[in-house]
Amino acid sequence: MNTQTALFEEDSKRLTELCLKLQQESYAKAVFLLDKDGQLLSSVGEVEEIDTTSLASLTAGNIAATGGLAKLLGEREFPVQVHEGEVESIHISLVGERLILVILFDNRSSLGLIRLKLKHSYPELLQVSHEIFNKPPEEVRSVFSQISDDDIDDFFSFD
Amino acid sequence: MSFINYSSREINCKIVYYGPGLCGKTTNLQYIYSKTNPEAKGKMISLETGTERTLLFDFLPISLGEIRGFKTRFHLFTVPGQVFYDASRKLILKGVDGVVFVADSQVERLDANIESLESLENNLREHGEDLEKIPFVIQYNKRDLPTAVDLSYLEEVFNPRGVQSFEAVAPTGQGVFDTLKAVAKQVLVELKRGDRHRAP
Ligand SMILES: Nc1nc2c(ncn2[C@@H]2O[C@H](COP(=O)(O)OP(=O)(O)OP(=O)(O)O)[C@@H](O)[C@H]2O)c(=O)[nH]1
Ligand SMILES: [Mg+2]
Repeated sequence: MNTQTALFEEDSKRLTELCLKLQQESYAKAVFLLDKDGQLLSSVGEVEEIDTTSLASLTAGNIAATGGLAKLLGEREFPVQVHEGEVESIHISLVGERLILVILFDNRSSLGLIRLKLKHSYPELLQVSHEIFNKPPEEVRSVFSQISDDDIDDFFSFD
Repeated sequence: MSFINYSSREINCKIVYYGPGLCGKTTNLQYIYSKTNPEAKGKMISLETGTERTLLFDFLPISLGEIRGFKTRFHLFTVPGQVFYDASRKLILKGVDGVVFVADSQVERLDANIESLESLENNLREHGEDLEKIPFVIQYNKRDLPTAVDLSYLEEVFNPRGVQSFEAVAPTGQGVFDTLKAVAKQVLVELKRGDRHRAP
């Protein structure tokens, strides 16, 4: 229990670079990378007006629900979902076992272009995600070990 | 599954409010939402049926402050309490760091509470978790209603282990923040203890 994901500075940077490359090459509006629990790892592009926390939790909920559906039907998973709107469209795909990639695009791009560029970026994204989730335990130096009981008590003395 | 982002210096933890249909889970989150400073909360998302029953989940991200320079956020979820949504409930429990069991104090809901608590245990087990080992508090809600059962009786039935428990009237906020603070604190203590800490 209490498995813990830690995202370190250097990994965060690599992921963001990969997402940025994908976003620019595919002319997407924005690209997000999150884990299946809805934790946002990276967001690039035109994201100022988007509530990214909500986007991440709704996407994760959606993936969990479709994953449940897939199992029910004897499929392992539905790896790609596309929702096309009048102006904006959204492409959701799984990266390995743990991550979800969300690409928002409009008429500056197309589904075909998104698919093509994603195919090019995918191996490297998968590689980095694999490295993040398979760090040897000794490398995952937790900030929690430095937290004292007093820190926690102080934290809850706010009212 | 807590999440530490060393890049943005954030810690995120997941807390799930579990309990039978209409026991007041969504009301807890609504109260928390209404009493939290705008800068400390995100949007509350409620995926509900046309009749305001939770369909998939409610979600409310709140941040309580900083610890050692890390912004500490709690992602609060409720599950849908209606019996036939068990598959959805199980999904929401995935990666949970702490659980609040909201019991409905009314005598006519005793069996619904029991059934819900059993489903909580089973669903956690299917995720490889054990209710006895994770941060867990009980909230006896609807204390204002005339058919509310005596606290001592509820404690005997639902809390043989003596975990932290609170009386509540969620619409007025009574007991709501006490419950949240208790479970959040347990989560942090558990993370700090870190003895079950594994690589992600
Ligand atoms: N009198 C009284 N009513 C309450 C209390 N808590 C919640 N309610 C009412 O009970 C009803 C159901 O509350 P919800 O919070 O929607 O219940 P829920 O647990 O989210 O229900 P599901 O989404 O179906 O699982 C609402 O009308 C609430 O106003 C309480 O402490 N006392
Ligand atoms: Mg509800």
